[in-house]
Amino acid sequence: MASGYDRALSVFSPDGHVFQVEYALEAVKRGTCAVAVKGADIVVLGCEKRSAMKLQDTRITPSKICLVDTHVALAFAGLNADARILVDKARLEAQSHRLTVEDPVSIEYITKYVAGVQQRYTQSGGVRPFGISTLIVGFDPNDKTPRLYQTEPSGIYSAWKANAIGRSSKTVREFLERNHKNDLDREETIKLTVKSLLEVVQTGAKNIEIAIMAPGKGIEMLPLEDIEKYVESINTEKQEEAASRRPGRATGSGGTATLAARPGGERSE
Amino acid sequence: MSSEWPDTLAAAPGQYAACGRGEEHGLGVHWEVLLGITGKDFTIIAASKAAMRGATVLKASDDKTRALNSHSLMAFSGEAGDTVQFAEFIQANIQLYSMRNSMELSPSATANFVRGELASALRSRRPYTVNLLLGGYDEIADKPTLYWIDYLASLAPVPYAAHGYAQYYCLSLLDKHHHPDIDFAQGMKILRMCSEELKRRLPIDFKGLMVKIITKDGIREEEYADDQNVAVP
Repeated sequence: MASGYDRALSVFSPDGHVFQVEYALEAVKRGTCAVAVKGADIVVLGCEKRSAMKLQDTRITPSKICLVDTHVALAFAGLNADARILVDKARLEAQSHRLTVEDPVSIEYITKYVAGVQQRYTQSGGVRPFGISTLIVGFDPNDKTPRLYQTEPSGIYSAWKANAIGRSSKTVREFLERNHKNDLDREETIKLTVKSLLEVVQTGAKNIEIAIMAPGKGIEMLPLEDIEKYVESINTEKQEEAASRRPGRATGSGGTATLAARPGGERSE
Repeated sequence: MSSEWPDTLAAAPGQYAACGRGEEHGLGVHWEVLLGITGKDFTIIAASKAAMRGATVLKASDDKTRALNSHSLMAFSGEAGDTVQFAEFIQANIQLYSMRNSMELSPSATANFVRGELASALRSRRPYTVNLLLGGYDEIADKPTLYWIDYLASLAPVPYAAHGYAQYYCLSLLDKHHHPDIDFAQGMKILRMCSEELKRRLPIDFKGLMVKIITKDGIREEEYADDQNVAVP
Protein backbone atom coordinates (compact mmCIF):
# COMPACT_ATOMS: atom_id res chain seq x y z
CA MET A 1 0.00 0.00 0.00
CA ALA A 2 1.38 3.37 -1.00
CA SER A 3 1.32 4.97 2.46
CA GLY A 4 -1.63 7.32 1.92
CA TYR A 5 -0.21 9.22 -1.05
CA ASP A 6 -2.87 7.71 -3.31
CA ARG A 7 -5.70 8.95 -1.14
CA ALA A 8 -5.71 12.60 -2.09
CA LEU A 9 -6.89 12.74 -5.68
CA SER A 10 -7.49 16.45 -5.66
CA VAL A 11 -3.98 17.88 -5.61
CA PHE A 12 -2.81 20.76 -7.77
CA SER A 13 -1.13 20.06 -11.02
CA PRO A 14 2.09 22.09 -11.45
CA ASP A 15 0.28 24.71 -13.55
CA GLY A 16 -2.40 25.31 -10.93
CA HIS A 17 -5.26 23.12 -12.10
CA VAL A 18 -7.18 20.71 -9.93
CA PHE A 19 -7.86 18.07 -12.53
CA GLN A 20 -10.49 16.16 -10.57
CA VAL A 21 -12.65 19.28 -10.40
CA GLU A 22 -12.27 19.85 -14.11
CA TYR A 23 -13.18 16.24 -14.80
CA ALA A 24 -16.25 16.74 -12.62
CA LEU A 25 -17.23 19.68 -14.82
CA GLU A 26 -16.83 17.33 -17.77
CA ALA A 27 -19.30 14.94 -16.13
CA VAL A 28 -21.71 17.86 -15.80
CA LYS A 29 -21.39 18.63 -19.51
CA ARG A 30 -22.35 15.05 -20.30
CA GLY A 31 -25.45 15.19 -18.12
CA THR A 32 -28.86 16.04 -19.53
CA CYS A 33 -29.69 19.72 -19.83
CA ALA A 34 -31.46 21.73 -17.13
CA VAL A 35 -32.77 25.28 -17.51
CA ALA A 36 -34.12 27.85 -15.07
CA VAL A 37 -35.81 31.14 -15.90
CA LYS A 38 -36.95 33.89 -13.54
CA GLY A 39 -40.16 35.74 -14.38
CA ALA A 40 -41.68 38.76 -12.68
CA ASP A 41 -43.31 36.69 -9.94
CA ILE A 42 -42.53 33.03 -10.64
CA VAL A 43 -39.47 30.98 -11.41
CA VAL A 44 -39.52 28.01 -13.76
CA LEU A 45 -37.28 24.94 -13.91
CA GLY A 46 -37.03 22.91 -17.10
CA CYS A 47 -35.25 19.62 -17.64
CA GLU A 48 -34.40 17.41 -20.51
CA LYS A 49 -35.72 13.97 -19.61
CA ARG A 50 -34.09 10.81 -20.94
CA SER A 51 -36.69 8.73 -22.77
CA ALA A 52 -37.53 5.63 -20.78
CA MET A 53 -36.73 2.24 -22.20
CA LYS A 54 -39.54 -0.02 -23.23
CA LEU A 55 -39.56 -2.17 -20.11
CA GLN A 56 -38.81 0.63 -17.66
CA ASP A 57 -41.36 1.63 -15.05
CA THR A 58 -41.50 5.40 -15.41
CA ARG A 59 -43.50 5.85 -12.23
CA ILE A 60 -40.53 4.81 -10.11
CA THR A 61 -37.71 6.45 -12.11
CA PRO A 62 -36.75 9.55 -10.16
CA SER A 63 -36.96 13.03 -11.63
CA LYS A 64 -34.09 15.47 -12.10
CA ILE A 65 -36.11 18.14 -10.33
CA CYS A 66 -36.41 17.70 -6.59
CA LEU A 67 -37.73 19.60 -3.62
CA VAL A 68 -35.22 20.52 -0.93
CA ASP A 69 -37.90 22.11 1.23
CA THR A 70 -41.47 23.11 0.43
CA HIS A 71 -40.26 26.45 -0.96
CA VAL A 72 -36.96 25.39 -2.55
CA ALA A 73 -36.59 23.35 -5.75
CA LEU A 74 -33.36 22.03 -7.18
CA ALA A 75 -32.52 20.75 -10.65
CA PHE A 76 -29.17 19.23 -11.50
CA ALA A 77 -27.05 18.09 -14.42
CA GLY A 78 -24.43 15.38 -14.13
CA LEU A 79 -24.23 12.16 -12.19
CA ASN A 80 -27.66 11.26 -10.84
CA ALA A 81 -26.30 9.18 -7.97
CA ASP A 82 -24.07 12.03 -6.76
CA ALA A 83 -27.06 14.36 -6.87
CA ARG A 84 -29.05 12.08 -4.61
CA ILE A 85 -26.43 12.40 -1.88
CA LEU A 86 -26.13 16.15 -2.25
CA VAL A 87 -29.90 16.70 -2.28
CA ASP A 88 -30.25 14.57 0.83
CA LYS A 89 -27.68 16.70 2.66
CA ALA A 90 -29.51 19.84 1.55
CA ARG A 91 -32.85 18.48 2.79
CA LEU A 92 -31.33 17.60 6.14
CA GLU A 93 -29.86 21.09 6.43
CA ALA A 94 -33.19 22.69 5.49
CA GLN A 95 -35.03 20.84 8.28
CA SER A 96 -32.18 21.36 10.72
CA HIS A 97 -32.35 25.09 10.01
CA ARG A 98 -36.08 25.09 10.72
CA LEU A 99 -35.49 23.22 13.97
CA THR A 100 -32.77 25.54 15.24
CA VAL A 101 -34.04 28.98 14.21
CA GLU A 102 -37.75 28.25 13.57
CA ASP A 103 -37.52 29.71 10.08
CA PRO A 104 -37.32 28.11 6.67
CA VAL A 105 -34.00 28.51 4.88
CA SER A 106 -33.49 31.37 2.45
CA ILE A 107 -32.56 30.36 -1.08
CA GLU A 108 -29.15 31.97 -0.77
CA TYR A 109 -28.48 30.16 2.50
CA ILE A 110 -29.22 26.70 1.09
CA THR A 111 -27.26 27.52 -2.08
CA LYS A 112 -24.28 28.54 0.01
CA TYR A 113 -24.66 25.32 1.98
CA VAL A 114 -24.82 23.12 -1.14
CA ALA A 115 -21.83 24.94 -2.66
CA GLY A 116 -20.02 24.56 0.66
CA VAL A 117 -20.50 20.80 0.62
CA GLN A 118 -19.33 20.66 -2.99
CA GLN A 119 -16.24 22.69 -2.13
CA ARG A 120 -15.40 20.44 0.81
CA TYR A 121 -15.37 17.46 -1.51
CA THR A 122 -12.63 19.10 -3.60
CA GLN A 123 -10.32 19.48 -0.64
CA SER A 124 -10.86 16.41 1.57
CA GLY A 125 -9.00 13.12 1.66
CA GLY A 126 -10.54 9.93 0.35
CA VAL A 127 -13.37 11.58 -1.55
CA ARG A 128 -13.97 12.79 -5.08
CA PRO A 129 -15.85 15.94 -6.11
CA PHE A 130 -19.58 15.82 -6.87
CA GLY A 131 -20.08 15.38 -10.61
CA ILE A 132 -23.01 17.75 -10.69
CA SER A 133 -23.97 21.36 -11.18
CA THR A 134 -27.24 22.50 -9.65
CA LEU A 135 -29.81 25.17 -10.27
CA ILE A 136 -31.53 26.16 -7.04
CA VAL A 137 -34.74 28.17 -7.27
CA GLY A 138 -37.50 29.33 -4.97
CA PHE A 139 -38.71 32.13 -2.76
CA ASP A 140 -37.41 33.35 0.56
CA PRO A 141 -39.92 33.17 3.43
CA ASN A 142 -42.33 36.14 3.33
CA ASP A 143 -40.86 37.42 0.08
CA LYS A 144 -42.21 37.52 -3.45
CA THR A 145 -38.91 37.97 -5.26
CA PRO A 146 -38.00 34.95 -7.37
CA ARG A 147 -34.49 33.62 -6.72
CA LEU A 148 -32.22 31.57 -8.93
CA TYR A 149 -28.73 30.33 -8.11
CA GLN A 150 -26.28 27.96 -9.72
CA THR A 151 -23.65 25.83 -7.99
CA GLU A 152 -20.74 23.99 -9.58
CA PRO A 153 -18.54 21.03 -8.58
CA SER A 154 -15.76 23.42 -7.53
CA GLY A 155 -18.06 25.02 -4.98
CA ILE A 156 -18.63 28.23 -6.93
CA TYR A 157 -22.12 29.66 -6.65
CA SER A 158 -23.70 32.53 -8.56
CA ALA A 159 -27.06 34.26 -9.02
CA TRP A 160 -28.80 34.44 -12.41
CA LYS A 161 -31.85 35.78 -14.22
CA ALA A 162 -31.89 32.69 -16.42
CA ASN A 163 -29.36 29.95 -16.89
CA ALA A 164 -28.73 26.47 -18.26
CA ILE A 165 -26.44 23.63 -17.17
CA GLY A 166 -25.50 20.29 -18.68
CA ARG A 167 -25.36 19.08 -22.27
CA SER A 168 -25.37 21.96 -24.83
CA SER A 169 -25.83 24.44 -22.00
CA LYS A 170 -23.82 26.98 -23.99
CA THR A 171 -26.34 26.92 -26.84
CA VAL A 172 -29.25 27.27 -24.44
CA ARG A 173 -27.58 30.04 -22.44
CA GLU A 174 -26.90 31.98 -25.62
CA PHE A 175 -30.53 31.51 -26.63
CA LEU A 176 -31.62 32.81 -23.22
CA GLU A 177 -29.24 35.78 -23.51
CA ARG A 178 -30.92 36.69 -26.79
CA ASN A 179 -34.50 36.20 -25.62
CA HIS A 180 -34.75 36.86 -21.88
CA LYS A 181 -36.46 40.05 -20.78
CA ASN A 182 -37.04 41.36 -17.28
CA ASP A 183 -40.52 40.98 -15.78
CA LEU A 184 -41.81 38.13 -17.91
CA ASP A 185 -45.33 37.05 -16.94
CA ARG A 186 -46.19 33.44 -16.09
CA GLU A 187 -47.03 32.33 -19.64
CA GLU A 188 -43.98 34.02 -21.15
CA THR A 189 -41.66 32.53 -18.55
CA ILE A 190 -42.88 28.96 -19.09
CA LYS A 191 -42.81 29.45 -22.84
CA LEU A 192 -39.25 30.78 -22.81
CA THR A 193 -38.17 27.81 -20.71
CA VAL A 194 -39.77 25.30 -23.08
CA LYS A 195 -38.47 27.16 -26.12
CA SER A 196 -34.91 27.25 -24.81
CA LEU A 197 -35.05 23.52 -24.06
CA LEU A 198 -36.36 22.82 -27.57
CA GLU A 199 -33.08 24.25 -28.86
CA VAL A 200 -31.40 21.05 -27.68
CA VAL A 201 -34.24 18.55 -27.16
CA GLN A 202 -35.33 17.30 -30.54
CA THR A 203 -37.87 14.76 -29.34
CA GLY A 204 -40.37 17.33 -28.06
CA ALA A 205 -42.72 17.43 -25.09
CA LYS A 206 -42.33 13.85 -23.90
CA ASN A 207 -38.67 14.49 -23.10
CA ILE A 208 -39.25 17.73 -21.25
CA GLU A 209 -40.06 18.26 -17.60
CA ILE A 210 -41.26 21.61 -16.27
CA ALA A 211 -41.65 22.71 -12.67
CA ILE A 212 -43.04 26.05 -11.54
CA MET A 213 -42.42 27.75 -8.21
CA ALA A 214 -44.63 30.60 -7.02
CA PRO A 215 -44.47 32.51 -3.72
CA GLY A 216 -46.20 30.81 -0.81
CA LYS A 217 -47.03 27.73 -2.85
CA GLY A 218 -45.35 24.38 -3.25
CA ILE A 219 -43.83 23.06 -6.44
CA GLU A 220 -46.11 22.68 -9.45
CA MET A 221 -45.07 20.05 -11.98
CA LEU A 222 -46.56 20.97 -15.34
CA PRO A 223 -48.61 18.05 -16.73
CA LEU A 224 -47.46 16.52 -20.03
CA GLU A 225 -50.54 17.79 -21.92
CA ASP A 226 -49.71 21.38 -20.95
CA ILE A 227 -46.09 21.01 -22.06
CA GLU A 228 -47.36 19.58 -25.34
CA LYS A 229 -49.52 22.68 -25.82
CA TYR A 230 -46.51 24.96 -25.33
CA VAL A 231 -44.39 22.88 -27.71
CA GLU A 232 -47.17 22.95 -30.28
CA SER A 233 -47.67 26.70 -30.10
CA ILE A 234 -43.91 27.26 -30.32
CA ASN A 235 -43.67 25.00 -33.37
CA THR A 236 -46.55 26.71 -35.19
CA GLU A 237 -45.02 30.08 -34.32
CA LYS A 238 -41.71 28.97 -35.79
CA GLN A 239 -43.42 27.69 -38.94
CA GLU A 240 -45.40 30.91 -39.36
CA GLU A 241 -42.21 32.89 -38.90
CA ALA A 242 -40.43 30.80 -41.50
CA ALA A 243 -43.39 31.07 -43.89
CA SER A 244 -43.74 34.81 -43.46
CA ARG A 245 -40.04 35.29 -43.99
CA ARG A 246 -40.03 33.91 -47.57
CA PRO A 247 -42.85 35.93 -49.14
CA GLY A 248 -41.82 38.79 -46.88
CA ARG A 249 -38.46 38.91 -48.54
CA ALA A 250 -40.08 38.66 -51.97
CA THR A 251 -42.29 41.70 -51.46
CA GLY A 252 -39.94 43.56 -49.19
CA SER A 253 -36.84 43.52 -51.30
CA GLY A 254 -38.62 44.87 -54.32
CA GLY A 255 -39.77 43.60 -57.70
CA THR A 256 -36.36 43.45 -59.21
CA ALA A 257 -35.22 40.75 -56.84
CA THR A 258 -38.17 38.55 -57.67
CA LEU A 259 -37.75 39.13 -61.32
CA ALA A 260 -34.08 38.39 -61.07
CA ALA A 261 -34.79 35.17 -59.21
CA ARG A 262 -37.21 33.91 -61.77
CA PRO A 263 -34.96 33.90 -64.78
CA GLY A 264 -32.39 32.26 -62.51
CA GLY A 265 -34.85 29.47 -61.79
CA GLU A 266 -35.74 29.11 -65.40
CA ARG A 267 -32.13 28.94 -66.31
CA SER A 268 -31.51 25.97 -64.13
CA GLU A 269 -34.32 24.01 -65.72
CA MET B 1 -16.32 11.78 6.54
CA SER B 2 -19.54 9.84 6.73
CA SER B 3 -19.72 10.12 10.48
CA GLU B 4 -20.34 13.85 10.12
CA TRP B 5 -23.65 13.15 8.47
CA PRO B 6 -26.33 11.63 10.61
CA ASP B 7 -29.19 9.72 9.01
CA THR B 8 -31.74 11.77 10.86
CA LEU B 9 -31.72 15.03 12.71
CA ALA B 10 -29.92 14.44 15.98
CA ALA B 11 -31.65 14.81 19.31
CA ALA B 12 -30.33 17.24 21.87
CA PRO B 13 -26.94 16.10 23.15
CA GLY B 14 -27.29 14.34 26.51
CA GLN B 15 -24.60 16.31 28.24
CA TYR B 16 -26.64 17.67 31.09
CA ALA B 17 -26.12 15.98 34.42
CA ALA B 18 -29.23 14.39 35.87
CA CYS B 19 -30.41 17.04 38.29
CA GLY B 20 -33.69 17.38 40.11
CA ARG B 21 -35.64 16.15 37.11
CA GLY B 22 -39.12 14.89 37.57
CA GLU B 23 -39.48 16.67 40.88
CA GLU B 24 -42.13 18.81 39.34
CA HIS B 25 -43.53 15.90 37.49
CA GLY B 26 -45.43 14.62 40.47
CA LEU B 27 -47.31 17.89 40.71
CA GLY B 28 -47.25 20.59 38.05
CA VAL B 29 -47.47 18.71 34.80
CA HIS B 30 -50.43 16.49 35.65
CA TRP B 31 -52.72 19.48 35.69
CA GLU B 32 -52.28 19.92 31.97
CA VAL B 33 -55.25 18.55 30.06
CA LEU B 34 -54.84 16.50 26.89
CA LEU B 35 -57.88 14.84 25.32
CA GLY B 36 -58.34 12.83 22.17
CA ILE B 37 -61.55 11.49 20.64
CA THR B 38 -61.95 9.60 17.38
CA GLY B 39 -65.21 9.23 15.49
CA LYS B 40 -66.50 8.03 12.14
CA ASP B 41 -64.32 10.28 10.00
CA PHE B 42 -62.43 12.59 12.35
CA THR B 43 -60.10 12.82 15.31
CA ILE B 44 -60.49 15.59 17.89
CA ILE B 45 -57.46 16.70 19.88
CA ALA B 46 -58.00 19.11 22.75
CA ALA B 47 -55.31 20.63 24.97
CA SER B 48 -55.53 23.09 27.84
CA LYS B 49 -54.45 26.64 27.03
CA ALA B 50 -52.73 27.41 30.34
CA ALA B 51 -48.94 27.44 30.43
CA MET B 52 -48.11 26.88 34.07
CA ARG B 53 -45.00 26.98 36.16
CA GLY B 54 -45.49 25.89 39.72
CA ALA B 55 -48.52 27.75 41.02
CA THR B 56 -48.31 30.47 38.39
CA VAL B 57 -50.13 30.71 35.07
CA LEU B 58 -47.69 32.22 32.59
CA LYS B 59 -49.97 32.29 29.58
CA ALA B 60 -53.61 31.55 28.77
CA SER B 61 -53.27 30.88 25.04
CA ASP B 62 -50.61 28.18 24.94
CA ASP B 63 -50.67 25.82 21.97
CA LYS B 64 -49.60 22.37 23.17
CA THR B 65 -49.76 20.82 19.70
CA ARG B 66 -47.52 20.56 16.67
CA ALA B 67 -48.56 19.42 13.20
CA LEU B 68 -46.16 16.69 12.08
CA ASN B 69 -47.46 16.51 8.53
CA SER B 70 -50.72 17.28 6.77
CA HIS B 71 -52.58 14.47 8.55
CA SER B 72 -50.82 14.01 11.91
CA LEU B 73 -51.04 16.22 14.95
CA MET B 74 -49.14 15.69 18.17
CA ALA B 75 -50.32 17.09 21.51
CA PHE B 76 -47.86 17.11 24.38
CA SER B 77 -47.62 17.74 28.11
CA GLY B 78 -44.90 17.28 30.69
CA GLU B 79 -41.63 18.92 31.75
CA ALA B 80 -41.68 22.48 30.41
CA GLY B 81 -38.53 22.51 28.27
CA ASP B 82 -38.72 18.89 27.16
CA THR B 83 -42.15 19.10 25.58
CA VAL B 84 -41.51 21.64 22.85
CA GLN B 85 -37.94 20.41 22.31
CA PHE B 86 -39.11 16.85 21.74
CA ALA B 87 -42.18 17.82 19.70
CA GLU B 88 -40.20 20.02 17.33
CA PHE B 89 -37.47 17.43 17.03
CA ILE B 90 -40.09 14.86 15.99
CA GLN B 91 -41.76 17.41 13.70
CA ALA B 92 -38.49 18.12 11.89
CA ASN B 93 -37.79 14.43 11.37
CA ILE B 94 -41.30 13.68 10.08
CA GLN B 95 -41.06 16.60 7.66
CA LEU B 96 -37.60 15.43 6.59
CA TYR B 97 -39.16 12.05 5.83
CA SER B 98 -41.81 13.74 3.68
CA MET B 99 -39.20 15.69 1.72
CA ARG B 100 -36.93 12.69 1.22
CA ASN B 101 -39.62 10.29 0.10
CA SER B 102 -42.18 12.60 -1.55
CA MET B 103 -44.86 10.97 0.57
CA GLU B 104 -46.05 11.34 4.11
CA LEU B 105 -45.41 8.90 6.89
CA SER B 106 -48.65 7.19 7.97
CA PRO B 107 -49.98 7.92 11.47
CA SER B 108 -49.16 4.40 12.71
CA ALA B 109 -45.59 4.62 11.40
CA THR B 110 -45.28 8.07 12.94
CA ALA B 111 -46.51 6.79 16.30
CA ASN B 112 -44.01 3.93 16.30
CA PHE B 113 -41.19 6.30 15.31
CA VAL B 114 -42.10 8.63 18.18
CA ARG B 115 -42.25 5.71 20.60
CA GLY B 116 -38.83 4.52 19.44
CA GLU B 117 -37.27 7.95 19.96
CA LEU B 118 -38.85 8.27 23.38
CA ALA B 119 -37.74 4.74 24.35
CA SER B 120 -34.11 5.37 23.41
CA ALA B 121 -34.18 8.74 25.19
CA LEU B 122 -35.59 7.01 28.26
CA ARG B 123 -32.51 4.77 28.41
CA SER B 124 -30.09 7.66 27.85
CA ARG B 125 -28.47 9.94 30.41
CA ARG B 126 -31.23 12.51 29.99
CA PRO B 127 -34.68 11.18 29.15
CA TYR B 128 -37.54 13.34 27.90
CA THR B 129 -40.41 13.67 30.39
CA VAL B 130 -43.16 14.07 27.81
CA ASN B 131 -46.65 12.61 27.49
CA LEU B 132 -48.20 12.60 24.05
CA LEU B 133 -51.39 12.12 22.12
CA LEU B 134 -50.97 11.55 18.42
CA GLY B 135 -54.10 12.23 16.41
CA GLY B 136 -54.16 11.44 12.74
CA TYR B 137 -56.08 10.40 9.71
CA ASP B 138 -54.85 7.35 7.83
CA GLU B 139 -55.49 8.20 4.19
CA ILE B 140 -54.80 4.68 2.97
CA ALA B 141 -57.07 2.86 5.42
CA ASP B 142 -59.43 5.88 5.28
CA LYS B 143 -59.74 5.85 9.06
CA PRO B 144 -59.14 8.31 11.88
CA THR B 145 -56.43 7.25 14.31
CA LEU B 146 -55.40 8.12 17.85
CA TYR B 147 -52.31 6.96 19.73
CA TRP B 148 -51.64 7.35 23.43
CA ILE B 149 -47.95 7.59 24.35
CA ASP B 150 -46.52 8.35 27.79
CA TYR B 151 -43.06 9.37 28.99
CA LEU B 152 -42.14 5.74 29.65
CA ALA B 153 -42.62 5.16 25.92
CA SER B 154 -45.65 2.94 26.10
CA LEU B 155 -47.77 3.18 23.00
CA ALA B 156 -51.40 2.25 22.58
CA PRO B 157 -53.78 2.83 19.69
CA VAL B 158 -57.05 3.93 21.32
CA PRO B 159 -60.50 5.22 20.31
CA TYR B 160 -60.34 7.98 22.95
CA ALA B 161 -57.68 9.06 25.40
CA ALA B 162 -56.62 11.52 28.07
CA HIS B 163 -53.43 12.45 29.92
CA GLY B 164 -52.88 13.75 33.41
CA TYR B 165 -55.64 14.26 36.00
CA ALA B 166 -58.08 14.70 33.13
CA GLN B 167 -58.02 10.93 32.82
CA TYR B 168 -59.83 10.52 36.14
CA TYR B 169 -62.74 12.72 35.08
CA CYS B 170 -62.98 12.08 31.36
CA LEU B 171 -62.35 8.40 30.75
CA SER B 172 -65.51 7.39 32.59
CA LEU B 173 -67.55 9.88 30.56
CA LEU B 174 -65.98 8.63 27.36
CA ASP B 175 -66.52 5.00 28.38
CA LYS B 176 -70.21 5.74 28.73
CA HIS B 177 -70.83 7.95 25.70
CA HIS B 178 -68.25 7.09 23.07
CA HIS B 179 -69.00 4.91 20.08
CA PRO B 180 -66.71 4.36 17.06
CA ASP B 181 -69.41 5.53 14.62
CA ILE B 182 -70.21 8.90 16.18
CA ASP B 183 -70.36 11.87 13.82
CA PHE B 184 -68.54 15.15 14.37
CA ALA B 185 -71.40 16.89 16.20
CA GLN B 186 -71.68 14.00 18.64
CA GLY B 187 -67.91 14.03 19.12
CA MET B 188 -67.96 17.74 19.99
CA LYS B 189 -70.89 17.10 22.35
CA ILE B 190 -68.88 14.48 24.24
CA LEU B 191 -65.91 16.86 24.32
CA ARG B 192 -68.19 19.54 25.81
CA MET B 193 -69.27 17.08 28.52
CA CYS B 194 -65.60 16.37 29.26
CA SER B 195 -64.58 20.02 29.40
CA GLU B 196 -67.55 20.89 31.65
CA GLU B 197 -66.69 18.07 34.00
CA LEU B 198 -63.08 19.23 34.12
CA LYS B 199 -64.19 22.76 34.85
CA ARG B 200 -66.44 21.47 37.59
CA ARG B 201 -64.00 19.09 39.26
CA LEU B 202 -60.42 20.16 38.54
CA PRO B 203 -59.25 22.44 41.38
CA ILE B 204 -57.30 24.71 39.03
CA ASP B 205 -58.25 26.90 36.11
CA PHE B 206 -56.71 25.38 32.99
CA LYS B 207 -57.85 28.39 30.88
CA GLY B 208 -60.07 26.46 28.49
CA LEU B 209 -59.24 24.11 25.65
CA MET B 210 -57.64 24.57 22.28
CA VAL B 211 -59.40 22.15 19.93
CA LYS B 212 -57.97 20.80 16.70
CA ILE B 213 -59.64 18.46 14.24
CA ILE B 214 -57.96 16.02 11.88
CA THR B 215 -60.01 14.76 8.94
CA LYS B 216 -59.23 13.47 5.47
CA ASP B 217 -58.93 17.13 4.41
CA GLY B 218 -56.17 17.84 6.91
CA ILE B 219 -55.82 19.64 10.24
CA ARG B 220 -57.91 22.61 11.32
CA GLU B 221 -58.52 24.52 14.50
CA GLU B 222 -62.10 24.51 15.81
CA GLU B 223 -63.60 27.49 17.63
CA TYR B 224 -64.30 26.38 21.17
CA ALA B 225 -66.32 28.68 23.42
CA ASP B 226 -65.24 28.84 27.02
CA ASP B 227 -67.50 31.50 28.53
CA GLN B 228 -70.39 29.53 30.07
CA ASN B 229 -70.35 28.99 33.78
CA VAL B 230 -70.62 25.44 34.98
CA ALA B 231 -72.82 24.61 37.93
CA VAL B 232 -70.95 23.00 40.78
CA PRO B 233 -72.92 21.04 43.36
